[in-house]
Amino acid sequence: MTTVVTDNCKRCRFTDCVTVCPVACFHGDEEMLYIDPEVCIDCSACIPKCPVEAIYEDPIPEDKQQWIEINAERAPGLPLIQDKQDPYPGAEERQKELGF
Amino acid sequence: MSKLGTEQNPVRAAIVGSGPSGFYATEALFRSEPVVLVDMFERLPSPFGLVRSGVAPDHPKLKQPIQVYQRIADTPQFRFFGNVTVGRDISVEQLLACYHVVVFTCGAETDRKLGIAGEDLAGSHTATEFVGWYNGHPDYRDRVFDLSHENAVVIGQGNVAVDVCRILSKTVDELKHTDIAQHALEALAESKIRNVYMIGRRGPAQAKFTHTELRELGELADCDPVVDPNELELNPASRAELEDRSNRVQIKSYEVLKAFASRPPPTRHRRCYIQFLKSPIELKGEGRLQRLVLMRNRLEGEPSHQVAGETGETEELACGVLFRSIGYRGVPIAGVPFDERRGVFPNKDGRIVEGERILPGLYAAGWIKRGPTGIIGTNREDSVATVNSLLADLPSFEATVKPGADGLMAILRERGVRVVSYTDWQQIDAAEVKRGAAVDKPREKFTSVQEMLAVLTAS
Repeated sequence: MTTVVTDNCKRCRFTDCVTVCPVACFHGDEEMLYIDPEVCIDCSACIPKCPVEAIYEDPIPEDKQQWIEINAERAPGLPLIQDKQDPYPGAEERQKELGF
Repeated sequence: MSKLGTEQNPVRAAIVGSGPSGFYATEALFRSEPVVLVDMFERLPSPFGLVRSGVAPDHPKLKQPIQVYQRIADTPQFRFFGNVTVGRDISVEQLLACYHVVVFTCGAETDRKLGIAGEDLAGSHTATEFVGWYNGHPDYRDRVFDLSHENAVVIGQGNVAVDVCRILSKTVDELKHTDIAQHALEALAESKIRNVYMIGRRGPAQAKFTHTELRELGELADCDPVVDPNELELNPASRAELEDRSNRVQIKSYEVLKAFASRPPPTRHRRCYIQFLKSPIELKGEGRLQRLVLMRNRLEGEPSHQVAGETGETEELACGVLFRSIGYRGVPIAGVPFDERRGVFPNKDGRIVEGERILPGLYAAGWIKRGPTGIIGTNREDSVATVNSLLADLPSFEATVKPGADGLMAILRERGVRVVSYTDWQQIDAAEVKRGAAVDKPREKFTSVQEMLAVLTAS
């Protein structure tokens, strides 16, 4: 089982997901969040919280597969995000652009 | 007097209950700006609430939040007072004398009733009893479930109902290396159950289970899921519900059900029937449960507000054991208002109220605050919200220095309570893990308070 953050989070970074994470597995850079697969328990609590549907769980669609490796590689080296933060500047416009 | 929330005069917080919402409230208090000292009270010697005694033994990953709770418990500002029952060993009034704030995170410990004839027949149980029993909870270890019949029924379609179905449907080999209680493993090894029925009053679009839990019923070694494709036909309102974007997770469950319905005929020893639009109206039997009378329902109402209406058409199902899993209720604590209808402590944003009046210093988080909804992580958001209310109220608190649990020790000693500290618990924990290693399990739980306390006396 794997749960991953994907491209829709880029320049959105709403961070609602982190508020329901029971194990603190979200890390982030300026642009987006990543899930540390070593810590995540695949409970799916975060998935319905994302306003841009950026989080996927198994079965992860073909066109999102690359994010498994990206999350695993980047998350551990980045700061832990445990509290809701302000979204990325312009996130609302990007949300509309993405069709949500 | 020093300002409240400083090193000289820290906020003294009592947390009542040691499940997820208790630990997430503690975490939020420690991450806040004021200096807060937390004393957590738990009626059992063991912490972690439903993560220990609710999460199914074959879901070890979902128990990993315990590692997070252990880190919180290791904070020097934290103390654990296990084997102490608030409302019995110490009163809420006594707590308020020793703490600036009391946060109740005591969950929903009892089940809702079906309210139908025959509900109290032998063989009719609550899911809570069964879950507590297989998880080794001291309150339920002596329960006896007659598994000598072919048909078992689970009323309700949430994740707990699925857990009960799965545990009844698994082989002993699928369970023996989990932390399931030994007494449960032995009883399940003798089980004659071949058909497990999970019955819901509404339709497949309204079922509360998550698709990940549901999917597991299709991955069992010796049990096939059985779904009647006719029962998956949706009325326009249900179709509208599933098409709604907010139900994008729910539609996955529907897809799993459709996959179950299109499977070839079952070949395995056991079958798990997932059935919709039926309500139990009577349990029948001579001296014990033998038959269940079901009413066929139809959905009525607008999308997202559909209710199950009776069709008048009934059917009977032979059944030797039944578990109801239709929701939970909190249990009152003397000295705290209780909402009888909802089974929660009445509150506004986590502030406990009596009528319209806010009771200063009393807060609630988790299931006792909002009712039994959501999963483990839902309680983190909920506890943070309550702590935010508490922090906003802080300036209105009296800055009196409070003694915390030091002010309660004499009372507890007098009552002969053997308080279990976190260090004590770690000893019990290590003993359980050691017992487990001997039988190739992650742990073998102690299933009585006496057994747990005996570990401490022995050392």
